[in-house]
Amino acid sequence: MQKAVSPYGFREGFQDGVPIGLGYFSVSFGFGIMAASAGLFTLETLLISLTNLTSAGQAAGVKVLEGVLLAGKVGAATVVEMLLAQLVINLRYALMGVALTQRLDENMTTGKRLFYGFFITDEIFAVSSAKPHAVGPRYFAGLATAPYIGWGLGTLLGAVAGNVLPLSVTNALGLALYAMFIAIILPPMRQEKGVLPCVLLAAGLSCLMTFVPVFSFLSGGFVIIISAVAAAVMMSIVHPVPEKEAEA
Amino acid sequence: MRSYVLLYILLMALVTYLIRMLPFTLFRKKITSPFWRSFFYYVPYAVLAAMTFPAVFSSTGSALSALAGVAVAAVLALCKKSLTTVALSACAAAFVVEVLQFGFVM
Repeated sequence: MQKAVSPYGFREGFQDGVPIGLGYFSVSFGFGIMAASAGLFTLETLLISLTNLTSAGQAAGVKVLEGVLLAGKVGAATVVEMLLAQLVINLRYALMGVALTQRLDENMTTGKRLFYGFFITDEIFAVSSAKPHAVGPRYFAGLATAPYIGWGLGTLLGAVAGNVLPLSVTNALGLALYAMFIAIILPPMRQEKGVLPCVLLAAGLSCLMTFVPVFSFLSGGFVIIISAVAAAVMMSIVHPVPEKEAEA
Repeated sequence: MRSYVLLYILLMALVTYLIRMLPFTLFRKKITSPFWRSFFYYVPYAVLAAMTFPAVFSSTGSALSALAGVAVAAVLALCKKSLTTVALSACAAAFVVEVLQFGFVM
């Protein structure tokens, strides 16, 4: 499984992480506003972002906390609710973690996995696993830096003063993540045969489940997981990747 | 800080960390099955596509500014510009369109 040593260093990782950081900044800004209006203190809000680093899970967590604040004490029902919500919403990270193990170089020791495992997010997973070669701890350290800072800083600013940035600027920053996704998807779409149908399939399923009312019981997180897994399964059956391409 | 809130935050952080860390640390096998190898090859692209569409069109203040950003991103991505260049240019395009549409909104 382990491949020699990754050709990517901290610098390359950091550069790849900057657009993720910008996107996180704008998303966490919204999270900060939301948590503050749910009645959480600024320090509590910041602590959530710095220890969780995940958007959907944190949003669900704040909803549970809102109920806890109303009751003013710990209750078994809300503890179970918190555990279940985090487990279900974040389960995708387990799948991503397994996928990432296939792309790690030999420097990624157990101790380093314990540390870098914390930083697995949708974006960090997608960027690092779309790299043509194996990735190691230095690349990971670089890649995680800007997103972690952006996520914390955006949360703090959002919680302290939701209106420090003009709306036109926060609106525009909301696009950063998606523009980066497009930049990752498009180049291989032209070169590798299976990627284009895979992308169309996943995007089509995601649009279908978002707009067709029958699926309205599914949350945004589930729509993404189901569409992505279904598209990847169908493509793996119809167009399995030759060993060399999957290894690359 | 209220200690009971702190307890929930730590609980939430612990569950999230374990879900991420356990498979990442414990899974040591090389996947040889062609199906699973292909699956893990396709998954990142599928995840990105599903995350982008349709969410991108509601990520800014208007579908029009988002569309402008997507167009700029697509052109620059095909020119193989860096992720940061693509992201910042797309944001700039969306910003310009929004200011043209609504004026500079504070």
